[in-house]
Amino acid sequence: MNHPNIRELQKKAIEIRKDILKMLTLAGSGHTGGSLSIVEILVALYYHALKNDPNNPKWKERDYFLLSKGHGCPALYAVLAEKGYFNREDLWKLRKLGSMLQGHPQLGLPGIEISSGSLGQGLSIANGIALAARLDKSDIRVYCLLGDGETNEGQVWEAAMTAAHYKLDNVCAIIDFNKLQIDGFCCDVKDMGAYFDKWKNFGWETIETDGHDIKKLMNAFDKAKTIKGMPAVIIAHTIKGKGVSFVENKVEWHGIAPKKEEYERAMKELDEALGKI
Amino acid sequence: MAGEKLKMVPTRDGFGEGLIELGRKNKDIVVLSADLTDSTRANWFKKEFPERFFGLGVAEQDMIGTAAGFALMGKIPFACTFGVFASGRAWDQIRVSVAYMNLNVKIIGTHGGISVGPDGATHQALEEISLMRILPNMTIIVPCDALEAKRATIESVNLKGPVYIRLGRSGAHVITKESDPFKIGKAVCLKDGKDLTIFACGQMVYEAALACDELKKDGIDARLVNMHTPKPIDKDCIIKAASQTGAIVAVEEHTIAGGFGSAIAEVVIENCPVPVKFVGIRDRFGVSGEPDELFEHFGLRAKNIVQAAKEALAMKR
Repeated sequence: MNHPNIRELQKKAIEIRKDILKMLTLAGSGHTGGSLSIVEILVALYYHALKNDPNNPKWKERDYFLLSKGHGCPALYAVLAEKGYFNREDLWKLRKLGSMLQGHPQLGLPGIEISSGSLGQGLSIANGIALAARLDKSDIRVYCLLGDGETNEGQVWEAAMTAAHYKLDNVCAIIDFNKLQIDGFCCDVKDMGAYFDKWKNFGWETIETDGHDIKKLMNAFDKAKTIKGMPAVIIAHTIKGKGVSFVENKVEWHGIAPKKEEYERAMKELDEALGKI
Repeated sequence: MAGEKLKMVPTRDGFGEGLIELGRKNKDIVVLSADLTDSTRANWFKKEFPERFFGLGVAEQDMIGTAAGFALMGKIPFACTFGVFASGRAWDQIRVSVAYMNLNVKIIGTHGGISVGPDGATHQALEEISLMRILPNMTIIVPCDALEAKRATIESVNLKGPVYIRLGRSGAHVITKESDPFKIGKAVCLKDGKDLTIFACGQMVYEAALACDELKKDGIDARLVNMHTPKPIDKDCIIKAASQTGAIVAVEEHTIAGGFGSAIAEVVIENCPVPVKFVGIRDRFGVSGEPDELFEHFGLRAKNIVQAAKEALAMKR
Protein backbone atom coordinates (compact mmCIF):
# COMPACT_ATOMS: atom_id res chain seq x y z
CA MET A 1 0.00 0.00 0.00
CA ASN A 2 1.23 3.49 -0.81
CA HIS A 3 1.88 5.69 2.16
CA PRO A 4 3.97 8.73 2.93
CA ASN A 5 7.24 8.16 4.67
CA ILE A 6 7.41 7.64 8.40
CA ARG A 7 8.63 11.13 9.12
CA GLU A 8 5.59 12.60 7.37
CA LEU A 9 3.34 10.35 9.41
CA GLN A 10 5.06 11.33 12.64
CA LYS A 11 4.35 14.95 11.73
CA LYS A 12 0.79 14.05 10.93
CA ALA A 13 0.44 12.45 14.37
CA ILE A 14 1.48 15.70 16.00
CA GLU A 15 -0.88 17.73 13.83
CA ILE A 16 -3.67 15.38 14.84
CA ARG A 17 -2.77 15.88 18.49
CA LYS A 18 -3.05 19.61 17.95
CA ASP A 19 -6.50 19.14 16.39
CA ILE A 20 -7.59 16.94 19.29
CA LEU A 21 -6.58 19.55 21.84
CA LYS A 22 -8.27 22.33 19.92
CA MET A 23 -11.45 20.29 19.63
CA LEU A 24 -11.47 19.44 23.32
CA THR A 25 -10.67 22.97 24.41
CA LEU A 26 -13.46 24.40 22.28
CA ALA A 27 -15.84 21.71 23.51
CA GLY A 28 -14.92 22.39 27.12
CA SER A 29 -15.20 18.70 27.98
CA GLY A 30 -14.11 15.30 26.70
CA HIS A 31 -11.45 12.66 27.15
CA THR A 32 -7.99 14.05 26.64
CA GLY A 33 -5.75 11.25 27.94
CA GLY A 34 -7.26 8.33 26.04
CA SER A 35 -7.50 10.35 22.83
CA LEU A 36 -3.83 11.30 22.84
CA SER A 37 -2.73 7.73 23.55
CA ILE A 38 -4.25 6.26 20.38
CA VAL A 39 -3.02 8.73 17.76
CA GLU A 40 -0.19 6.64 16.29
CA ILE A 41 -2.37 3.52 16.31
CA LEU A 42 -4.96 5.37 14.22
CA VAL A 43 -2.32 6.84 11.91
CA ALA A 44 -0.83 3.40 11.27
CA LEU A 45 -4.31 2.05 10.61
CA TYR A 46 -5.64 4.80 8.37
CA TYR A 47 -2.40 5.45 6.47
CA HIS A 48 -1.24 1.86 6.18
CA ALA A 49 -3.27 -1.12 7.36
CA LEU A 50 -6.87 -0.26 6.44
CA LYS A 51 -8.33 -0.71 3.00
CA ASN A 52 -10.67 2.27 2.79
CA ASP A 53 -11.90 5.09 0.59
CA PRO A 54 -12.82 8.41 2.21
CA ASN A 55 -14.75 9.36 -0.94
CA ASN A 56 -16.84 6.23 -0.62
CA PRO A 57 -17.17 5.49 3.10
CA LYS A 58 -19.67 2.67 2.49
CA TRP A 59 -17.43 0.95 -0.10
CA LYS A 60 -18.33 -2.74 0.06
CA GLU A 61 -14.73 -3.93 -0.08
CA ARG A 62 -13.53 -1.72 2.77
CA ASP A 63 -11.99 -2.96 5.98
CA TYR A 64 -13.88 -2.02 9.13
CA PHE A 65 -12.44 -0.05 12.00
CA LEU A 66 -14.47 -0.08 15.21
CA LEU A 67 -13.59 2.23 18.07
CA SER A 68 -14.85 0.19 20.98
CA LYS A 69 -13.36 2.68 23.44
CA GLY A 70 -15.76 5.32 22.17
CA HIS A 71 -14.48 8.04 24.50
CA GLY A 72 -11.32 8.24 22.39
CA CYS A 73 -13.38 9.62 19.50
CA PRO A 74 -11.72 13.06 19.28
CA ALA A 75 -8.65 11.25 17.91
CA LEU A 76 -10.72 9.29 15.42
CA TYR A 77 -12.66 12.38 14.33
CA ALA A 78 -9.40 14.24 13.73
CA VAL A 79 -7.98 11.39 11.65
CA LEU A 80 -11.20 10.99 9.65
CA ALA A 81 -11.28 14.72 8.90
CA GLU A 82 -7.61 14.61 7.89
CA LYS A 83 -8.42 11.71 5.55
CA GLY A 84 -11.29 13.72 4.05
CA TYR A 85 -14.28 11.76 5.35
CA PHE A 86 -15.88 15.07 6.36
CA ASN A 87 -15.13 18.74 6.58
CA ARG A 88 -12.31 19.76 8.92
CA GLU A 89 -14.40 22.70 10.13
CA ASP A 90 -16.82 20.19 11.67
CA LEU A 91 -14.14 19.24 14.19
CA TRP A 92 -14.63 22.48 16.08
CA LYS A 93 -18.29 21.63 16.72
CA LEU A 94 -17.44 18.54 18.79
CA ARG A 95 -20.05 17.91 21.50
CA LYS A 96 -22.17 20.88 20.41
CA LEU A 97 -25.93 20.66 19.87
CA GLY A 98 -26.66 19.84 16.25
CA SER A 99 -23.19 18.48 15.51
CA MET A 100 -22.67 15.02 14.03
CA LEU A 101 -19.57 14.84 16.21
CA GLN A 102 -21.25 13.48 19.29
CA GLY A 103 -19.48 13.15 22.62
CA HIS A 104 -19.22 9.46 21.84
CA PRO A 105 -19.33 8.18 18.25
CA GLN A 106 -22.65 7.78 16.52
CA LEU A 107 -23.32 5.78 13.39
CA GLY A 108 -24.12 8.16 10.55
CA LEU A 109 -21.02 10.34 10.60
CA PRO A 110 -19.03 9.32 7.49
CA GLY A 111 -16.28 6.89 8.49
CA ILE A 112 -17.90 5.91 11.79
CA GLU A 113 -18.84 2.22 11.64
CA ILE A 114 -20.54 1.83 15.03
CA SER A 115 -22.04 3.84 17.82
CA SER A 116 -20.01 3.19 20.92
CA GLY A 117 -19.37 4.58 24.35
CA SER A 118 -20.80 1.94 26.62
CA LEU A 119 -17.61 -0.04 27.00
CA GLY A 120 -16.98 -3.64 26.06
CA GLN A 121 -19.34 -3.93 23.11
CA GLY A 122 -17.16 -3.42 20.03
CA LEU A 123 -15.42 -6.78 19.82
CA SER A 124 -18.69 -8.70 19.64
CA ILE A 125 -19.78 -6.46 16.78
CA ALA A 126 -16.42 -7.02 15.08
CA ASN A 127 -17.02 -10.77 15.28
CA GLY A 128 -20.47 -10.40 13.73
CA ILE A 129 -19.03 -8.41 10.84
CA ALA A 130 -16.25 -10.97 10.39
CA LEU A 131 -18.64 -13.92 10.43
CA ALA A 132 -20.91 -12.19 7.92
CA ALA A 133 -17.90 -11.46 5.70
CA ARG A 134 -16.97 -15.13 5.83
CA LEU A 135 -20.51 -16.10 4.77
CA ASP A 136 -20.20 -13.66 1.87
CA LYS A 137 -16.74 -15.04 0.98
CA SER A 138 -15.40 -11.53 1.35
CA ASP A 139 -11.78 -10.99 2.39
CA ILE A 140 -12.35 -7.77 4.31
CA ARG A 141 -10.73 -7.39 7.70
CA VAL A 142 -12.17 -5.99 10.91
CA TYR A 143 -10.10 -3.95 13.35
CA CYS A 144 -11.34 -3.15 16.83
CA LEU A 145 -9.58 -0.80 19.24
CA LEU A 146 -10.18 -1.33 22.95
CA GLY A 147 -8.87 0.37 26.04
CA ASP A 148 -7.04 -1.73 28.59
CA GLY A 149 -9.44 -0.57 31.31
CA GLU A 150 -12.27 -1.49 28.97
CA THR A 151 -11.19 -5.13 29.13
CA ASN A 152 -12.51 -5.23 32.71
CA GLU A 153 -15.83 -5.76 30.94
CA GLY A 154 -16.91 -9.41 30.85
CA GLN A 155 -18.38 -9.06 27.36
CA VAL A 156 -14.89 -8.52 25.97
CA TRP A 157 -13.93 -12.01 27.10
CA GLU A 158 -17.15 -13.52 25.84
CA ALA A 159 -16.27 -12.02 22.47
CA ALA A 160 -12.64 -13.15 22.77
CA MET A 161 -13.90 -16.74 23.12
CA THR A 162 -16.23 -16.34 20.17
CA ALA A 163 -13.48 -15.06 17.87
CA ALA A 164 -11.21 -17.93 18.86
CA HIS A 165 -13.97 -20.53 18.59
CA TYR A 166 -14.83 -19.42 15.06
CA LYS A 167 -11.14 -19.01 14.16
CA LEU A 168 -11.73 -15.44 13.04
CA ASP A 169 -8.39 -14.61 11.49
CA ASN A 170 -10.09 -11.64 9.82
CA VAL A 171 -10.44 -9.99 13.23
CA CYS A 172 -7.63 -7.91 14.68
CA ALA A 173 -8.08 -6.38 18.13
CA ILE A 174 -5.82 -3.60 19.31
CA ILE A 175 -5.37 -2.80 22.98
CA ASP A 176 -4.48 0.77 23.91
CA PHE A 177 -2.30 -0.49 26.76
CA ASN A 178 -1.80 2.75 28.67
CA LYS A 179 -2.19 1.14 32.09
CA LEU A 180 -4.55 3.82 33.37
CA GLN A 181 -8.30 4.00 33.76
CA ILE A 182 -10.57 6.60 35.27
CA ASP A 183 -10.12 5.46 38.87
CA GLY A 184 -6.34 5.08 38.71
CA PHE A 185 -3.73 2.60 37.55
CA CYS A 186 -5.36 -0.49 36.06
CA CYS A 187 -3.38 -2.76 38.37
CA ASP A 188 -4.74 -0.90 41.41
CA VAL A 189 -8.33 -0.65 40.22
CA LYS A 190 -8.63 -4.33 39.30
CA ASP A 191 -5.43 -6.17 38.59
CA MET A 192 -5.90 -8.14 35.38
CA GLY A 193 -2.81 -10.17 36.17
CA ALA A 194 -0.93 -11.88 33.35
CA TYR A 195 -2.53 -9.80 30.65
CA PHE A 196 -0.75 -11.24 27.61
CA ASP A 197 -1.29 -14.78 28.86
CA LYS A 198 -4.98 -14.08 29.25
CA TRP A 199 -5.32 -13.30 25.55
CA LYS A 200 -3.10 -16.26 24.60
CA ASN A 201 -5.13 -18.60 26.75
CA PHE A 202 -8.30 -17.32 25.17
CA GLY A 203 -6.91 -18.52 21.83
CA TRP A 204 -5.47 -15.33 20.40
CA GLU A 205 -2.15 -14.65 18.73
CA THR A 206 -0.65 -11.77 20.70
CA ILE A 207 1.60 -9.16 19.14
CA GLU A 208 3.31 -6.74 21.50
CA THR A 209 4.47 -3.41 20.19
CA ASP A 210 5.27 0.19 20.99
CA GLY A 211 2.01 2.02 20.44
CA HIS A 212 3.73 5.30 19.63
CA ASP A 213 6.19 3.94 17.04
CA ILE A 214 4.42 4.16 13.70
CA LYS A 215 6.87 1.88 11.89
CA LYS A 216 6.56 -0.81 14.54
CA LEU A 217 2.79 -0.48 14.51
CA MET A 218 2.76 -0.94 10.74
CA ASN A 219 4.86 -4.06 11.11
CA ALA A 220 2.49 -5.33 13.79
CA PHE A 221 -0.50 -4.83 11.50
CA ASP A 222 1.36 -6.57 8.67
CA LYS A 223 2.15 -9.47 10.94
CA ALA A 224 -1.45 -9.72 12.14
CA LYS A 225 -2.54 -10.16 8.52
CA THR A 226 -0.35 -13.24 8.19
CA ILE A 227 -1.89 -15.04 11.19
CA LYS A 228 -4.19 -17.81 9.99
CA GLY A 229 -6.77 -19.86 11.86
CA MET A 230 -6.98 -17.61 14.90
CA PRO A 231 -7.65 -13.97 15.75
CA ALA A 232 -4.80 -11.62 16.54
CA VAL A 233 -4.51 -8.96 19.20
CA ILE A 234 -1.96 -6.17 19.04
CA ILE A 235 -1.16 -5.05 22.54
CA ALA A 236 0.26 -1.59 22.03
CA HIS A 237 2.18 -0.05 24.91
CA THR A 238 1.06 3.55 25.08
CA ILE A 239 1.22 6.54 27.35
CA LYS A 240 -2.05 8.10 28.36
CA GLY A 241 -1.93 11.75 27.38
CA LYS A 242 1.07 11.15 25.09
CA GLY A 243 2.71 14.23 23.64
CA VAL A 244 1.78 16.78 26.28
CA SER A 245 4.12 16.67 29.28
CA PHE A 246 1.65 17.74 31.92
CA VAL A 247 -1.03 15.35 30.69
CA GLU A 248 1.12 12.24 30.26
CA ASN A 249 0.35 9.48 32.75
CA LYS A 250 -1.92 11.72 34.76
CA VAL A 251 -5.08 9.91 35.74
CA GLU A 252 -6.94 13.16 36.36
CA TRP A 253 -6.69 13.91 32.64
CA HIS A 254 -8.89 10.92 31.74
CA GLY A 255 -12.10 12.84 31.34
CA ILE A 256 -11.33 16.55 31.22
CA ALA A 257 -10.53 19.06 28.50
CA PRO A 258 -7.71 21.64 28.58
CA LYS A 259 -8.43 25.16 29.68
CA LYS A 260 -7.26 27.99 27.44
CA GLU A 261 -3.91 28.45 29.17
CA GLU A 262 -3.24 24.70 29.23
CA TYR A 263 -4.15 24.53 25.58
CA GLU A 264 -1.60 27.19 24.72
CA ARG A 265 1.13 25.44 26.71
CA ALA A 266 0.31 22.15 25.00
CA MET A 267 0.41 23.76 21.55
CA LYS A 268 3.80 25.23 22.29
CA GLU A 269 5.13 21.81 23.27
CA LEU A 270 3.66 20.15 20.21
CA ASP A 271 5.03 22.83 17.87
CA GLU A 272 8.47 22.29 19.38
CA ALA A 273 8.14 18.55 18.87
CA LEU A 274 7.10 19.17 15.29
CA GLY A 275 10.23 21.22 14.72
CA LYS A 276 12.42 18.37 15.94
CA ILE A 277 11.12 15.82 13.42
CA MET B 1 -64.72 -19.14 21.54
CA ALA B 2 -65.63 -20.99 24.74
CA GLY B 3 -66.73 -24.54 24.05
CA GLU B 4 -64.75 -24.68 20.82
CA LYS B 5 -62.13 -27.39 20.63
CA LEU B 6 -58.92 -25.47 20.00
CA LYS B 7 -55.45 -26.82 19.35
CA MET B 8 -52.81 -26.11 22.00
CA VAL B 9 -49.42 -25.14 20.53
CA PRO B 10 -46.62 -23.13 22.17
CA THR B 11 -45.95 -19.82 20.42
CA ARG B 12 -42.26 -20.73 20.24
CA ASP B 13 -43.24 -23.52 17.84
CA GLY B 14 -44.87 -21.01 15.55
CA PHE B 15 -41.67 -19.00 15.61
CA GLY B 16 -39.63 -22.11 14.71
CA GLU B 17 -41.86 -22.78 11.71
CA GLY B 18 -41.74 -19.18 10.56
CA LEU B 19 -37.99 -19.13 10.85
CA ILE B 20 -37.55 -22.16 8.59
CA GLU B 21 -39.88 -20.62 6.04
CA LEU B 22 -37.85 -17.40 6.13
CA GLY B 23 -34.59 -19.32 5.84
CA ARG B 24 -35.78 -20.99 2.65
CA LYS B 25 -36.87 -17.71 1.08
CA ASN B 26 -34.10 -15.39 2.20
CA LYS B 27 -30.38 -16.22 2.26
CA ASP B 28 -29.64 -13.21 4.46
CA ILE B 29 -31.42 -14.74 7.44
CA VAL B 30 -28.94 -15.89 10.10
CA VAL B 31 -29.74 -17.29 13.51
CA LEU B 32 -27.77 -16.76 16.71
CA SER B 33 -28.34 -18.68 19.88
CA ALA B 34 -27.12 -18.44 23.46
CA ASP B 35 -27.10 -22.15 24.24
CA LEU B 36 -30.86 -22.71 24.51
CA THR B 37 -31.10 -23.77 20.90
CA ASP B 38 -33.56 -26.60 21.41
CA SER B 39 -35.80 -24.71 23.83
CA THR B 40 -36.11 -21.63 21.62
CA ARG B 41 -36.73 -23.76 18.50
CA ALA B 42 -33.71 -22.16 16.84
CA ASN B 43 -32.53 -25.73 16.31
CA TRP B 44 -35.27 -26.24 13.71
CA PHE B 45 -33.44 -23.68 11.59
CA LYS B 46 -30.04 -25.05 12.55
CA LYS B 47 -30.92 -28.50 11.21
CA GLU B 48 -31.80 -27.16 7.79
CA PHE B 49 -29.28 -24.32 7.56
CA PRO B 50 -26.27 -25.21 9.72
CA GLU B 51 -24.01 -22.78 7.85
CA ARG B 52 -26.26 -19.88 8.81
CA PHE B 53 -26.54 -20.83 12.46
CA PHE B 54 -24.14 -19.43 15.07
CA GLY B 55 -23.94 -20.65 18.63
CA LEU B 56 -22.46 -18.14 21.08
CA GLY B 57 -22.60 -20.23 24.23
CA VAL B 58 -24.06 -18.85 27.44
CA ALA B 59 -23.23 -15.28 26.46
CA GLU B 60 -26.27 -13.16 25.74
CA GLN B 61 -24.41 -9.85 25.65
CA ASP B 62 -21.96 -11.22 23.11
CA MET B 63 -24.83 -12.69 21.11
CA ILE B 64 -26.58 -9.32 20.80
CA GLY B 65 -23.33 -7.58 19.80
CA THR B 66 -22.54 -10.27 17.26
CA ALA B 67 -26.04 -9.91 15.85
CA ALA B 68 -25.41 -6.17 15.49
CA GLY B 69 -22.30 -6.95 13.45
CA PHE B 70 -24.27 -9.23 11.15
CA ALA B 71 -26.91 -6.53 10.70
CA LEU B 72 -24.25 -3.95 9.79
CA MET B 73 -23.27 -6.30 6.96
CA GLY B 74 -26.83 -6.48 5.63
CA LYS B 75 -27.76 -9.81 7.19
CA ILE B 76 -31.00 -10.27 9.13
CA PRO B 77 -30.00 -11.87 12.40
CA PHE B 78 -32.46 -13.55 14.77
CA ALA B 79 -30.91 -13.64 18.25
CA CYS B 80 -32.65 -16.24 20.36
CA THR B 81 -32.75 -17.02 24.06
CA PHE B 82 -35.12 -16.94 27.01
CA GLY B 83 -36.90 -13.64 27.52
CA VAL B 84 -35.33 -12.98 30.91
CA PHE B 85 -31.84 -13.16 29.45
CA ALA B 86 -32.62 -11.49 26.13
CA SER B 87 -34.32 -8.46 27.63
CA GLY B 88 -32.56 -8.20 30.97
CA ARG B 89 -29.06 -9.60 30.74
CA ALA B 90 -28.32 -7.97 27.40
CA TRP B 91 -30.33 -4.78 27.86
CA ASP B 92 -27.47 -2.32 27.47
CA GLN B 93 -26.21 -4.18 24.40
CA ILE B 94 -29.69 -3.91 22.93
CA ARG B 95 -29.80 -0.24 23.86
CA VAL B 96 -26.43 0.82 22.43
CA SER B 97 -25.46 -1.79 19.85
CA VAL B 98 -28.95 -2.36 18.42
CA ALA B 99 -31.58 0.30 19.18
CA TYR B 100 -29.30 3.36 19.09
CA MET B 101 -27.92 2.25 15.72
CA ASN B 102 -31.44 1.23 14.63
CA LEU B 103 -30.06 -2.07 13.36
CA ASN B 104 -32.09 -4.77 11.72
CA VAL B 105 -31.79 -7.26 14.58
CA LYS B 106 -34.69 -9.51 15.55
CA ILE B 107 -34.61 -10.52 19.19
CA ILE B 108 -36.52 -13.62 20.15
CA GLY B 109 -37.37 -13.98 23.83
CA THR B 110 -39.03 -17.31 24.52
CA HIS B 111 -40.32 -18.53 27.88
CA GLY B 112 -41.98 -15.20 28.61
CA GLY B 113 -44.34 -14.89 31.55
CA ILE B 114 -45.38 -17.22 34.33
CA SER B 115 -46.43 -19.92 31.88
CA VAL B 116 -42.79 -21.05 32.09
CA GLY B 117 -44.02 -22.86 35.18
CA PRO B 118 -41.82 -24.87 37.57
CA ASP B 119 -38.51 -23.15 36.74
CA GLY B 120 -39.69 -20.29 38.91
CA ALA B 121 -38.92 -16.62 39.26
CA THR B 122 -35.44 -16.42 37.71
CA HIS B 123 -36.74 -17.88 34.47
CA GLN B 124 -40.17 -16.27 34.31
CA ALA B 125 -39.76 -13.07 32.33
CA LEU B 126 -42.29 -10.53 33.57
CA GLU B 127 -40.58 -7.35 32.44
CA GLU B 128 -39.72 -7.57 28.72
CA ILE B 129 -42.44 -5.26 27.45
CA SER B 130 -41.42 -2.59 29.98
CA LEU B 131 -37.71 -2.98 29.28
CA MET B 132 -38.03 -2.93 25.51
CA ARG B 133 -40.76 -0.30 25.32
CA ILE B 134 -38.52 2.45 26.67
CA LEU B 135 -35.99 2.01 23.87
CA PRO B 136 -36.42 4.29 20.84
CA ASN B 137 -36.64 2.47 17.48
CA MET B 138 -37.78 -0.78 19.11
CA THR B 139 -40.84 -2.70 17.96
CA ILE B 140 -42.40 -5.28 20.30
CA ILE B 141 -44.71 -8.08 19.25
CA VAL B 142 -46.49 -10.43 21.65
CA PRO B 143 -48.30 -13.03 19.53
CA CYS B 144 -51.44 -14.57 20.99
CA ASP B 145 -50.95 -18.01 19.46
CA ALA B 146 -48.56 -20.13 17.43
CA LEU B 147 -50.02 -19.07 14.10
CA GLU B 148 -49.72 -15.41 14.95
CA ALA B 149 -46.16 -16.07 16.17
CA LYS B 150 -45.31 -17.59 12.81
CA ARG B 151 -46.78 -14.65 10.96
CA ALA B 152 -45.09 -12.15 13.28
CA THR B 153 -41.74 -13.85 12.68
CA ILE B 154 -42.15 -13.69 8.91
CA GLU B 155 -43.54 -10.14 8.95
CA SER B 156 -40.78 -8.87 11.24
CA VAL B 157 -38.31 -9.17 8.39
CA ASN B 158 -40.28 -6.70 6.29
CA LEU B 159 -39.75 -4.12 8.98
CA LYS B 160 -36.22 -2.72 8.83
CA GLY B 161 -35.11 -2.16 12.40
CA PRO B 162 -35.01 -3.85 15.78
CA VAL B 163 -37.92 -6.09 16.72
CA TYR B 164 -38.45 -7.96 19.97
CA ILE B 165 -40.83 -10.93 19.82
CA ARG B 166 -42.11 -12.32 23.12
CA LEU B 167 -42.98 -16.00 23.04
CA GLY B 168 -44.20 -18.59 25.50
CA ARG B 169 -43.04 -22.01 26.55
CA SER B 170 -46.34 -23.80 27.17
CA GLY B 171 -49.15 -24.69 24.83
CA ALA B 172 -51.43 -21.80 23.98
CA HIS B 173 -54.89 -22.06 22.35
CA VAL B 174 -54.71 -21.43 18.63
CA ILE B 175 -57.42 -18.82 18.22
CA THR B 176 -56.43 -17.11 14.97
CA LYS B 177 -56.86 -18.33 11.41
CA GLU B 178 -54.77 -17.88 8.28
CA SER B 179 -57.54 -15.70 6.87
CA ASP B 180 -57.39 -13.26 9.81
CA PRO B 181 -55.64 -9.97 9.17
CA PHE B 182 -52.17 -9.52 10.67
CA LYS B 183 -50.16 -6.35 10.34
CA ILE B 184 -47.48 -5.26 12.79
CA GLY B 185 -48.76 -2.24 14.71
CA LYS B 186 -52.39 -2.79 13.75
CA ALA B 187 -54.59 -4.12 16.54
CA VAL B 188 -57.23 -6.72 15.72
CA CYS B 189 -60.74 -6.24 17.03
CA LEU B 190 -61.95 -9.78 17.79
CA LYS B 191 -65.38 -8.80 19.07
CA ASP B 192 -67.17 -5.52 18.91
CA GLY B 193 -68.91 -4.18 22.00
CA LYS B 194 -70.23 -0.95 23.43
CA ASP B 195 -69.90 -1.09 27.23
CA LEU B 196 -66.14 -1.31 27.63
CA THR B 197 -63.04 -2.52 25.78
CA ILE B 198 -60.69 -5.28 26.87
CA PHE B 199 -57.19 -5.07 25.40
CA ALA B 200 -55.02 -8.16 25.70
CA CYS B 201 -51.82 -9.58 24.27
CA GLY B 202 -50.18 -13.00 24.19
CA GLN B 203 -52.09 -15.93 25.54
CA MET B 204 -54.17 -13.59 27.70
CA VAL B 205 -56.22 -12.89 24.56
CA TYR B 206 -57.84 -16.31 24.96
CA GLU B 207 -58.52 -15.71 28.63
CA ALA B 208 -60.01 -12.32 27.76
CA ALA B 209 -62.27 -13.98 25.18
CA LEU B 210 -63.58 -16.29 27.88
CA ALA B 211 -64.17 -13.24 30.07
CA CYS B 212 -66.22 -11.60 27.29
CA ASP B 213 -68.48 -14.65 27.18
CA GLU B 214 -68.97 -14.44 30.95
CA LEU B 215 -69.69 -10.72 30.82
CA LYS B 216 -72.28 -11.31 28.13
CA LYS B 217 -74.21 -13.55 30.54
CA ASP B 218 -74.41 -10.56 32.86
CA GLY B 219 -75.65 -8.37 30.04
CA ILE B 220 -72.33 -6.57 29.56
CA ASP B 221 -71.28 -6.04 25.98
CA ALA B 222 -67.47 -5.94 25.96
CA ARG B 223 -65.29 -5.15 22.98
CA LEU B 224 -62.21 -7.40 22.71
CA VAL B 225 -58.99 -6.29 21.03
CA ASN B 226 -55.94 -8.44 20.35
CA MET B 227 -53.18 -5.86 20.73
CA HIS B 228 -50.30 -8.00 19.45
CA THR B 229 -47.97 -5.03 19.00
CA PRO B 230 -47.38 -3.19 22.29
CA LYS B 231 -44.99 -0.92 20.38
CA PRO B 232 -45.63 1.00 18.20
CA ILE B 233 -49.05 0.83 19.79
CA ASP B 234 -52.19 1.28 17.73
CA LYS B 235 -53.23 4.67 19.11
CA ASP B 236 -56.23 5.11 16.85
CA CYS B 237 -57.71 1.85 18.04
CA ILE B 238 -57.23 2.83 21.70
CA ILE B 239 -58.66 6.33 21.29
CA LYS B 240 -61.64 4.92 19.42
CA ALA B 241 -62.22 2.35 22.14
CA ALA B 242 -61.97 4.94 24.90
CA SER B 243 -64.35 7.35 23.23
CA GLN B 244 -66.86 4.75 22.04
CA THR B 245 -66.97 2.42 25.06
CA GLY B 246 -65.85 4.71 27.88
CA ALA B 247 -63.92 2.14 29.95
CA ILE B 248 -60.81 0.05 29.40
CA VAL B 249 -59.32 -3.14 30.82
CA ALA B 250 -55.74 -4.06 29.88
CA VAL B 251 -54.70 -7.68 30.36
CA GLU B 252 -51.14 -8.97 30.34
CA GLU B 253 -49.10 -11.94 31.58
CA HIS B 254 -46.49 -9.42 32.65
CA THR B 255 -45.82 -6.84 35.31
CA ILE B 256 -48.24 -3.95 35.09
CA ALA B 257 -45.39 -1.54 35.92
CA GLY B 258 -44.47 0.13 32.67
CA GLY B 259 -45.83 -2.74 30.63
CA PHE B 260 -48.63 -3.37 28.15
CA GLY B 261 -51.39 -1.79 30.23
CA SER B 262 -49.22 1.23 30.96
CA ALA B 263 -48.67 1.73 27.24
CA ILE B 264 -52.43 1.73 26.69
CA ALA B 265 -53.08 3.98 29.70
CA GLU B 266 -50.60 6.55 28.38
CA VAL B 267 -52.61 6.88 25.19
CA VAL B 268 -55.92 6.97 27.03
CA ILE B 269 -54.84 9.62 29.54
CA GLU B 270 -53.40 11.93 26.93
CA ASN B 271 -56.20 11.65 24.43
CA CYS B 272 -59.48 10.56 25.94
CA PRO B 273 -59.35 9.99 29.71
CA VAL B 274 -61.68 7.19 30.82
CA PRO B 275 -61.32 4.56 33.59
CA VAL B 276 -58.57 1.98 32.99
CA LYS B 277 -58.15 -1.20 35.01
CA PHE B 278 -55.16 -3.51 34.83
CA VAL B 279 -55.00 -7.27 35.00
CA GLY B 280 -51.40 -8.35 35.35
CA ILE B 281 -48.70 -9.06 37.87
CA ARG B 282 -48.38 -6.47 40.60
CA ASP B 283 -44.85 -5.79 41.76
CA ARG B 284 -43.97 -9.41 42.48
CA PHE B 285 -41.58 -12.03 41.21
CA GLY B 286 -42.85 -15.30 39.85
CA VAL B 287 -42.84 -18.61 41.73
CA SER B 288 -42.60 -22.28 40.84
CA GLY B 289 -45.76 -24.13 39.97
CA GLU B 290 -47.63 -25.57 37.01
CA PRO B 291 -48.73 -22.91 34.52
CA ASP B 292 -52.41 -23.51 35.26
CA GLU B 293 -51.85 -23.11 38.98
CA LEU B 294 -49.83 -19.97 38.43
CA PHE B 295 -52.51 -18.26 36.32
CA GLU B 296 -54.86 -18.88 39.23
CA HIS B 297 -52.27 -17.81 41.82
CA PHE B 298 -51.49 -14.51 40.10
CA GLY B 299 -55.09 -13.70 39.27
CA LEU B 300 -54.80 -13.96 35.50
CA ARG B 301 -57.99 -15.92 34.90
CA ALA B 302 -61.11 -14.95 33.00
CA LYS B 303 -62.87 -14.41 36.33
CA ASN B 304 -60.24 -11.81 37.29
CA ILE B 305 -60.79 -10.04 33.98
CA VAL B 306 -64.54 -10.10 34.57
CA GLN B 307 -63.99 -8.55 38.01
CA ALA B 308 -61.74 -5.83 36.57
CA ALA B 309 -64.28 -5.14 33.83
CA LYS B 310 -67.06 -4.65 36.37
CA GLU B 311 -64.85 -2.32 38.40
CA ALA B 312 -64.04 -0.30 35.32
CA LEU B 313 -67.72 -0.07 34.45
CA ALA B 314 -68.53 1.13 37.96
CA MET B 315 -66.01 3.92 37.55
CA LYS B 316 -67.64 5.10 34.34
CA ARG B 317 -69.39 8.43 34.71
